[in-house]
Amino acid sequence: MPKIMSLDELKNLRDKVKNQVDLREKGEKVEQMAVIRVAMATCGIAAGAREVMNFLAEEVAKRNLNNVVITQGGCMGYCYAEPTVEVKLPGQESIVYGHVTKERALEILEKHVLGGEMIEGIIPVGHKSLDE
Amino acid sequence: MSKYTMHILVCGGTGCMSSHSIEIVENLKKYIAKTGMQDIVQVLRTGCFGFCEKGPIVKILPDNTFYVQVKPEDAEEIIKEHIVKGRKVARLLYTDPTTERHISDSKHMEFYKKQMRVALRNCGFIDPTNIEEYIARDGYAALAKVLTMSQEDVINEVKKSGLRGRGGGGFPTGLKWEFAYKNKSDQKYVVCNADEGDPGAFMDRSILEGDPNSVVEAMAICGYAIGAQKGLVYIRAEYPLAIKRLEAAIHSAREYGLLGENILGTSFSFDIEIRFGAGAFVCGEETALIHSMEGKRGEPTTKPPFPAASGYWGKPTNVNNVETFANIPVIFLKGADWFNKIGTEKSKGTKVFALAGKINNVGLIEVPMGITLREVIYDIGGGIKDGKKFKAVQTGGPSGGCLTEKDLNTPIDFDNLIAKGSMMGSGGMIVMDEDDCMPAVAKFYLEFTAEESCGKCTPCRVGTKRLLEILEKIVAGKGTEGDLVTLEELGNTIKDTALCGLGQTAPNPVLSTLKEFKAEYIAHVRDKKCPAGQCSALLSYMITDKCIGCTACARNCPVNAITGVVKKQHTIDQSKCIKCGACINKCKFDAIIKG
Repeated sequence: MPKIMSLDELKNLRDKVKNQVDLREKGEKVEQMAVIRVAMATCGIAAGAREVMNFLAEEVAKRNLNNVVITQGGCMGYCYAEPTVEVKLPGQESIVYGHVTKERALEILEKHVLGGEMIEGIIPVGHKSLDE
Repeated sequence: MSKYTMHILVCGGTGCMSSHSIEIVENLKKYIAKTGMQDIVQVLRTGCFGFCEKGPIVKILPDNTFYVQVKPEDAEEIIKEHIVKGRKVARLLYTDPTTERHISDSKHMEFYKKQMRVALRNCGFIDPTNIEEYIARDGYAALAKVLTMSQEDVINEVKKSGLRGRGGGGFPTGLKWEFAYKNKSDQKYVVCNADEGDPGAFMDRSILEGDPNSVVEAMAICGYAIGAQKGLVYIRAEYPLAIKRLEAAIHSAREYGLLGENILGTSFSFDIEIRFGAGAFVCGEETALIHSMEGKRGEPTTKPPFPAASGYWGKPTNVNNVETFANIPVIFLKGADWFNKIGTEKSKGTKVFALAGKINNVGLIEVPMGITLREVIYDIGGGIKDGKKFKAVQTGGPSGGCLTEKDLNTPIDFDNLIAKGSMMGSGGMIVMDEDDCMPAVAKFYLEFTAEESCGKCTPCRVGTKRLLEILEKIVAGKGTEGDLVTLEELGNTIKDTALCGLGQTAPNPVLSTLKEFKAEYIAHVRDKKCPAGQCSALLSYMITDKCIGCTACARNCPVNAITGVVKKQHTIDQSKCIKCGACINKCKFDAIIKG
C-alpha cells in the first residue's frame, strides 16, 4: 500500500472503498430506499439471476444512485418465470417481475425504479413476506 | 468494486466472543461456501452492538435484520432460510417483552430508540481490523482537515464544542489542550488513558475493540494541536483483544502514511506507542498513570504541577480518556456547533454507559446528556429484572454514589450527578433492586478501594481499611450506633485529606448510602436485622405450620440443623444453622420463612 500523501489521495481512497460500507449505510435506512431484490435460489441462479444481479449492482454503482439498494432474495415460488426481480419503492407495495434479462433489468431500473412507472411482465403476487 | 449484495455482521466484542461468536462466523462462512455465494455474501466480525444481554448478535444488511442470542449451530439455518430462501428466521428475532411481537429492525427496539451513537458510531458497523472501512466512513478526514488549520483554531474548535473529559473528571478538553499547547518545550506527549478500572465498566474497551482507528486519529489531531510528535496509549494488559485491535490499527495507519513522518504530505509527524498497565485502579489517575509509564511505582503525586506543565519525563503531557478521543473526529467532521447542540447547558454531547446489575437489558449504551435516569433504566434498560422493585442506581463506580427513586427524573449530566451526591465517573451504571442490602453494597465497593489503594497517603491507606472494618462489623451484626457516626466523620475526613481522586472519592459509596438509606443502617446496628434479607449473620430461618413434614429440608441441610418426624412440622436448631438457605430452596410448600 503506497502511503497517502495528500488530502486528495485520501478522498480518492475513500471514494474507492466507500462501496465496502455503502450497502450497510443504505441498509440502516432501508425503508427510505428503493430495494431491488433479485431471487437467488437455485432456480434463479440456473436461469441467470447472478448475471442480472451483478449487472444491476454495476449500473447502480456507475450511476452513483444513493437511494437504490441491490440485494438478493430467495425463491418466491415463481420458478417458471426466473430470473425474478422484486422492486420495493419506499412506502409502496412490492412488485415482482418475471423473465428478467439484462435488457429488462435496465428497463426496470430506468423506468420503474427511477421513473416510477411500471412496465410489462409483472407477476401478480398473492403472498406476503414475513416482515416485522 | 465490491460485488457483495448482502452483509452479515457478527459481534466480535469480548462479551459475544465468549459466547462463541467466532464459531458463528466460521460456520456462516462454511455454509455460505456450500451455497456457492461467498462472492456475493460477506461475513464480517465487527465491534460491540451494545445489546450484550441478547448476545451474540448477528445483523444482516441491507434487510436490517437483527438476530439475537445466536448459537454456532444456528448458522446453517440462517444461511439456508434467510440467505438462500429469503425468509427471516423468526425464532432468532428479538421479541418485544410488552407486545410479545418480533422486531427485526433494531431501530424499533426500546433499547435503541433513545440512543444516539457518536463515540460508538462505528462500533458494530465496520470491521475494526480493516482501516479502509474506517476511511470509507470518513475516517482520517478530520485529521486531514485539522492539518490545514492553525493550532489555535483546532483548540478553539474543541473548546467551542464544549466537550468535557469522559474519564470521570469532566474537565473541559479544549482547555486541557490549551494548557499543554501554551507550555513550550522541545518534546510534548499525548497520552490516551485506557486504564478502565471500574468494576463492571467496559465503555473504553468496547470503543478500542470496535473502532480503534477513531482513537488513533484523535490522538494525532491532539498531537498537532498541542505540538506533540509522540503519543502513548496506557492500556491494561487484561484487555488482550482491545490491545490486538489497537496494535493492528496503529500498524495499518503507519502503512497508509496516516501515522509516522510527514503525515498526508505535511510537515507534521506523529507516532503512537502502546504501554501496558498491570491493572491497578489508581493508575487511571493521570499522575499515577504517568509514573507507571515511566517504569516507576503507580502512585499519584500532588497537582500542581499538572501533566500539562510537567508530565511524562517532565515534559508537557496531555492525558485524555478513550471515549473523549473517540468524540474528537466527529467534532471536526460535523463541526463544534453540531456537537454543542446535543446535551445540556454545561455538558455537551453524549455519554456511553455500561448498564449492569438487576436490569433487563444489560449492555453498552450511548445517550445524549440530559436524558433522565428513568429513561435509561426503564426505557432503554427495560426496567428491573423479575418485576422487582427499583432501589438504587450506582453511578461512577467505586468513586460514585447511590441515587434513589427520587433522583430518577434528574437529567444526567456532570454537574447534576455531583449535586445529587454521586458522579458521572467513566460511565458504569449498576442498578440495584429491593433484594440488595445497601451496607453490603458499600462494603463491596470499600473492599475494592481498600485493595486498590496504593498506600502512599495515610488517609486513603488507613482510612479505607478502617471504613471497611466498620462496615464488616455492621453486616456481621456487631455494629453500634456510634459506628454510624464514625463512618460519616471518617468518610468526610478521607474526602478532605486524601492525596488523589481515588482516596477523595472512595468514601462516596458509604456516605451516599448512609444518607439515603440511614434506616437500613440503623436496622443493622440497633435491631440487628437486615431488611433486604442479605446479611446472613442477621438472618434466622423459621419453619411455619405450613410444613407437612416431607423431610426435604432436613435431607438437604448440610449441617443437619433440621430435625422432625415424617408428616410432622420440622424445626431448625438456630445454634447449628449456618443460614445457607438450602432449606428454603428445597421447600415446595413455602413453609420456611427468613427474617
